[in-house]
Amino acid sequence: MTTSTRRGVLRGTALGSIAIAAALAGCSKKEEAAAPQAASAPVAAEPASAASGALKVAFVYVGPVGDGGWSFAHDNARKALEKELGDKVKTTYVESVPESADAERVFRDLVAQGNTLVFGTSFGYMEPMLKVAADNKGVRFEHATGYKTLDNLRTYDSRTYEGAYMAGVVAGGMTKSNVIGVVGSIPIPEVIRNIDSYTLGAQSVNPKVKVRVVWVNEWFNPPKETEGAQSLIDGGADVLLQNTDSSAVLQTAEKNGKYAFGWDSDMTHYGPKAHLASAAINWTPYYIQAAKDAIDGTWKTGKSWWGVKEGAIDLVSISDKVPADLKARVDKVKAGLKDGSFSIWKGPIKDNTGKEVLKDGQVADDAFLGGIKFFVAGVDAPVPGAK
Amino acid sequence: MDTYALLLAATLNAGTILAIAGLGLLINERAGVVNLGAEGMMLVAAIAGFATAVQTGNDWLAFGAGALAGAVMAAAFGVLVIWLNTNQYATGLALSLFGSGFSAFVGIHYTQERLGPRPHYAIPGLADIPFVGPALFRQHPMVYLAIVLTAAIAWFLYRSRAGLVLRAVGESPESAHALGYPVRRIRLLAVVGGGALCGVAGAYLSVIYTPLWVEGMVAGKGWIALALTTFATWRPSRVLLGAWLFGGVTMLQFHLQGQGVAISSQLLTMLPYLATIGVLVLISRNPAWIRANMPASLGKPFFPGG
Repeated sequence: MTTSTRRGVLRGTALGSIAIAAALAGCSKKEEAAAPQAASAPVAAEPASAASGALKVAFVYVGPVGDGGWSFAHDNARKALEKELGDKVKTTYVESVPESADAERVFRDLVAQGNTLVFGTSFGYMEPMLKVAADNKGVRFEHATGYKTLDNLRTYDSRTYEGAYMAGVVAGGMTKSNVIGVVGSIPIPEVIRNIDSYTLGAQSVNPKVKVRVVWVNEWFNPPKETEGAQSLIDGGADVLLQNTDSSAVLQTAEKNGKYAFGWDSDMTHYGPKAHLASAAINWTPYYIQAAKDAIDGTWKTGKSWWGVKEGAIDLVSISDKVPADLKARVDKVKAGLKDGSFSIWKGPIKDNTGKEVLKDGQVADDAFLGGIKFFVAGVDAPVPGAK
Repeated sequence: MDTYALLLAATLNAGTILAIAGLGLLINERAGVVNLGAEGMMLVAAIAGFATAVQTGNDWLAFGAGALAGAVMAAAFGVLVIWLNTNQYATGLALSLFGSGFSAFVGIHYTQERLGPRPHYAIPGLADIPFVGPALFRQHPMVYLAIVLTAAIAWFLYRSRAGLVLRAVGESPESAHALGYPVRRIRLLAVVGGGALCGVAGAYLSVIYTPLWVEGMVAGKGWIALALTTFATWRPSRVLLGAWLFGGVTMLQFHLQGQGVAISSQLLTMLPYLATIGVLVLISRNPAWIRANMPASLGKPFFPGG
């Protein structure tokens, strides 16, 4: 999972530049910064143990809760957690926390306020969380999309590719031109895996379907996402998926009378005519499980990668335009993923240069999924940077 | 064949935002003022336009609101740099940063909003001509207005007396002052007018081009428009051609990717910027080019009687 995490590229760069800035500022600054941290650590432990009754849970978001996508989904799950566990939990959140030195201060603050379960919902919080967790053994930390753990820091993520596969099933059945498109963000394994899964899903109902891909090389740039979507439509694609963060692709499809999907959150209302379904992440089951673990004293470190089976990803708000037999296909996939009788990544699977990547009957493990760097047969594009 | 017609249509549409903003900045710079705040003005105009479109459902009112927002931002900038003689570059950067923060703040409740069905336009008769129709005659009126605007600004700058005065203020404010022209007021008018055009471009972006509001959605188009004025060596017609060229390169790289052509999208993305640097190097090396086009007092404050 080291290379496949969402936003890893951008956030890694941001952390790198912070490290350089810190180095430039010199060593004396670092020592100054260390002193108040040491002072705050014992203070933090006290209210943590003294918390009476309710479990105090804190969330740190990278964007505003109103972003309509990533942070919005996390905050919805926080609200659902409060609703589910009632007065057993007390939650707080801090939004728009940059992945900089500020993040560490925010995490230390939240610990000092007596929170004993702390969620960091962005890849770039990894190093700050590791530091704060090491200083506060009595507090449990949960890091979304990360890959480093401690005894009191564990990671969690969502199998977004299962949503992409189900979207592909719908797309394969709805396309008339047999050309469907994807607006990709950054060519890292997670995104490539989603495009591949979308393709496999489409081929499962329509073997003739071809998938075209354009890259905008950013997570979030609505005008560029619009331009990418427009060029796919101009090139003949009539169903679009995006692995970017805004609703621009859906709205472009709406404007052109084509179909598209919502991503991360339910985006129905952004393009009611174009919207076929949304591959929505649902963090609620995980947040409830984590809070219960903490309350019951069964919390222990680990790595969770939850999918349809655990309710962490789903294809929601399927449009009435999708015929019943196609909906039934989606339901069958969903049921199969839930009871484990169906695997998306089961051989024979060939890449788009003709090489066999999974032998007949072979099922991909998580290590394989984490390092996918090829397009499957049917994707009409080379992987950027591939030889 | 049709694909290329649509590619051409998308190119003209993408270039329109850059052209309108670029022409606004051109007027500023012809009067001797550099406004690096384009990105911020476009963002504030984008939310102003989007909010107006949501509330009234009228796109043309939205363009007006965008123009007004851009003009107000530019006026604040103008007072600071023209009367209080603050550094134009620093003030412009501050305006840009302020604009991105302010637009995010006031726009927070609009991120979930959605505009009604976007209008489709087609010029009767012409739109049905094969190839030419889909390529040229099914655009939003703003695309044609950008062309008219280019001609109007060229006429204003080179054929009208007021345009001559504006250019004189940009070339030699002291001389214009000595002749009795109110240099500061003329510069302020140019800055406000330029801001209004940047505002229209911002509103077009959020209301027509990418019909939504999200924080930071201008995503660098303001900076490209600034580069464009230099790329165009301060000539209106070249601003328009440059805008289409920049738009064309963007659309072409997506088009090639969509066709599965193995060409590095990163390479194509940086081409317009490389071209801008190339033009800068050329015009800096050749004094005749600079004399012919670059306003001589660009970026310099003017002190009357000083």
